[in-house]
Amino acid sequence: MRLPTRPQGEFSMLRKVYLSVLGLLGASRANADWALNMPRGVTRLSAETYDLHMQIFYWCCAIALVVFGVMIYSLIRHRKSVGAKPATFSHSMKAEVIWTTIPIIILLILAVPSARTVIELEDSRKPDMTVVITAYQWRWHYRYTGQDVEFYSSLARTSGDARRLDSGIDPFTVDNYLLDVDNPLVVPVGSKVRLLLTANDVVHSWWVPELAIKKDAIPGFMNETWFKAETVGTYRGQCAELCGMDHGYMPIVVNVVEPQAYAAWLASKQPAATQSAATN
Amino acid sequence: MTSAVMDAHHSEAHHEPAKGIKRWLYATNHKDIGTMYLVLSLVMFLTGGVMALIIRSELFQPGLQFIAPNVFNQMTTMHALVMVFGAVMPAFVGLANWMIPLMIGAPDMALPRMNNWSFWILPFAFLMLVSTFFMPGGAPASGWTMYPPLVLQTGDAFPFLIFSVHLLGISSIMGAINIIVTIVNMRAPDMSLLKMPMFVWTWLITAYLLLAVMPVLAGAVTMLLTDQFFGTSFFLAAGGGDPVMYQHIFWFFGHPEVYILILPAFGVVSEIIPTFARKPLFGHDSMVYAASSIAFLSFIVWAHHMFTVGMPLTGQLFFMFSTMLIAVPTGVKIFNWVATMWRGAMTFETPMLFSLAILFLFTIGGFSGLMLAIVPADIQYHDSYFVVAHFHYVLVPGSVFAIMAAVYYWLPKWTGHMYNEKLGKVHFWLSTVFINVTFFPMHFLGLAGMPRRIPDYSTQFTDFNAIASVGAVGYGLSQLLFVYVVVQCVRGKGEKASSEVWDNPKGLEWTVPSPAPYHTFEVPPKISSSSTFS
Amino acid sequence: MTKGEQPTMDPSDSKKPEPIDRTLAGRLVLLAIAMFGFGFLLVPIYDVFCEITGLGGKTNDVAFTVEESVEQDRTVQLGFVTTVNGYAPWEFSAEVEEMAIHPGGIYEATFIATNLTDEFKTAQAVPSVAPSQAAKYFKKLECFCFTTQEFMPGETKEMPVRFIVESDLPDYIDTITLSYTFFDTARQTDTVAAAGLNTH
Ligand SMILES: [Cu+2]
Repeated sequence: MRLPTRPQGEFSMLRKVYLSVLGLLGASRANADWALNMPRGVTRLSAETYDLHMQIFYWCCAIALVVFGVMIYSLIRHRKSVGAKPATFSHSMKAEVIWTTIPIIILLILAVPSARTVIELEDSRKPDMTVVITAYQWRWHYRYTGQDVEFYSSLARTSGDARRLDSGIDPFTVDNYLLDVDNPLVVPVGSKVRLLLTANDVVHSWWVPELAIKKDAIPGFMNETWFKAETVGTYRGQCAELCGMDHGYMPIVVNVVEPQAYAAWLASKQPAATQSAATN
Repeated sequence: MTSAVMDAHHSEAHHEPAKGIKRWLYATNHKDIGTMYLVLSLVMFLTGGVMALIIRSELFQPGLQFIAPNVFNQMTTMHALVMVFGAVMPAFVGLANWMIPLMIGAPDMALPRMNNWSFWILPFAFLMLVSTFFMPGGAPASGWTMYPPLVLQTGDAFPFLIFSVHLLGISSIMGAINIIVTIVNMRAPDMSLLKMPMFVWTWLITAYLLLAVMPVLAGAVTMLLTDQFFGTSFFLAAGGGDPVMYQHIFWFFGHPEVYILILPAFGVVSEIIPTFARKPLFGHDSMVYAASSIAFLSFIVWAHHMFTVGMPLTGQLFFMFSTMLIAVPTGVKIFNWVATMWRGAMTFETPMLFSLAILFLFTIGGFSGLMLAIVPADIQYHDSYFVVAHFHYVLVPGSVFAIMAAVYYWLPKWTGHMYNEKLGKVHFWLSTVFINVTFFPMHFLGLAGMPRRIPDYSTQFTDFNAIASVGAVGYGLSQLLFVYVVVQCVRGKGEKASSEVWDNPKGLEWTVPSPAPYHTFEVPPKISSSSTFS
Repeated sequence: MTKGEQPTMDPSDSKKPEPIDRTLAGRLVLLAIAMFGFGFLLVPIYDVFCEITGLGGKTNDVAFTVEESVEQDRTVQLGFVTTVNGYAPWEFSAEVEEMAIHPGGIYEATFIATNLTDEFKTAQAVPSVAPSQAAKYFKKLECFCFTTQEFMPGETKEMPVRFIVESDLPDYIDTITLSYTFFDTARQTDTVAAAGLNTH
């Protein structure tokens, strides 16, 4: 371990401290946001996931309000310094039954919608297209089945240069630092995209928060998941399972585009032979 | 049994501790061994803490500043192994060694020589583990979960990793056997099982958990070893094995392990709150049942660590429901503690402050745990910083705070002197503030999409990472104050402690003088109704 | 915890109350050893569990015999996916990428692999079915994955698989993928080691 020697590094560290302090004071910055919550996402299931997340969060808040409220009340009122005399009770069957039953009821209320969403997540019927994803140390490979289109997707050059130890490049000057790739996955909006995941070497995990998809890619096994993006846009994610040295450097970019744009993109990716075969 | 205990003690009774290093090398006295465990644990806690600070320094801002990605992975892996197996587990075993005989009126642990063994294995295991940093290929970097095939890419460190896990397991198993035999056979004559203090109870359950799952971990890592060197294919798809099976076996160990780390903490809190609320523990028996059901449930929830590996629908639902169910007995414990405080006459000495912080902060960790049980939401949380926040909220303000609470609570009994209460409180407030500054922002980072175990991150995660790093440095430095307070107390700087230490605490440990003499309860004590709460 | 390393109680140890101790301690040692064994027992248990539930998308690894009873009015899309693990030197593909099948009917598909080296090579193909719930209905009557495949230098092989998707396949499955991953049997573990430990 050593301290950075380049002046730029020191400058950016100082700047970071300064900006963090500014941020703490409530100032906001363009390239660093204060996202507090999960994105609602762009699929129906990501929205359902978000709602479940919020629902259970509110339940937790409500329980916290009651339990912490009672505790704080007790901490204020039942202290020796205000002259409290200790009671001697040590059992109450009634209380035990109440605080066993109420959580069970809350859990049942939570279990039903959760189970419903799990079942929907598993319903991969009638996909519009299938992409086979093979994870490598440390990049992704996408293959569009039946389309003769396949390519690797690696960390973008700009990020790749900046990420090195002592690179001298300030990450704040790089667009989508560590979340940009050379060849993004392109899919049409409103299509049910089935993903088949496997890996070349070790276990990886394909995660795009806006799609609410995270699925492990395991060597020798084929995992399946799906999504149906409702909104055109660019969605970014990362490998989520520790996969070795450059685990932090295999981002995922999904471009959700209009169907015509998708068709044009696909055609541009297809080898000439396939294209002419398709038009015939 | 009584006479057996007395007979057994004629030969060695009343001899004084050996002088110098021999006292420690050949230690069979439960107090000496307990002390050694606690010292080792403190050393490992500081070692793991330094690794944490290296991690947090690197993550202070985007871009790589200090260490290469592979070194970063070694740091996260070793931080976890050192903290789990080196800091938290030995600390609780140390507390068990010191306190269980004192709490049940036994003269010593049942198997003192095995006790010596189970301690002395540990320093060597950790020396071996830490020495891997200097081996070709560096220290293990595949995460403390050691998932294949990644773990098989470990360099020369691999067999040493496996062997040190074996040693740690053997040590834990011997410790667990010792604790069970002591509790079952050596209680004072009138102490029925249900009259046992909660710390003893939770340790009894923990010891059975250890005995049940440490050998399974040993089996799993043995299979890794044979896969690597002896041509088996337990976890290699090419030979008909399955890497996911390792994850199942590991978490079959791993989830009970979580409760191994937290049940003794529950025990500590259950000792401390009644003392400072001046009121008996509420629902002693239901606490026992709650701890037992948590232990039981811990065996059927393991796959909630693996919701993204691709499990059949029924499996996902089963593990979701069983996991949610754990909230019930855990809730019972929290509610019982609150009821213990209710209409008590509380004072807020350092051990009580730590216990109260556990009630608040562990509960936050419990809430995020409940959120993680919900499969669709877990798919988003899994392997993100939300999980990092969750398990640090249960492990730091849960287990680590409990260990510190226990040290403050029993330190006067061990040393015969009071610690510096003012500094203790400063230590508490610094720790509590910084722990939240460190780990609370991690919830936001995870929800915003930052994966765990990455050495560098995109710029939108900068602010919360910077805050977390500042908090970590603050927390780390605050622990030096803890070391200072403890050292001062051990050196006899505080005022003399009475045998009761606190205001009329219940329990046999408060009936012996402070400091506790080298040999205690050579004659089993009579349990008067005033010395226990039940 | 290997058995030999279990601590034994020293009979000369005078500190312990006898003999209750020893039986309990002995039993606990046995429990620990049993749990060590249980760890290994989990391997066959897991396999049985996979067979029942299709966990992991595993299919039968010995030939299966079955009567044909075609469900003409139900069609399932069956896709084939091929992968070569660890950059092993094969070109490996399915003859057709997709076929429509009727549950209960026996079908045959052909896979083609070429050894890209001028050395003798052996490969093991590892099958996997997605979604994994379909795995237990996917039965292979004959498969190149039952044994290792040997390749002469530069050899290209056509390898058939005969299979049936049983007619009790649940309604909610309408698309199945059969995937084969080719592993070089000579280097089960060191492939990954070579790929993983490079430095910058
Ligand atoms: Cu990866």
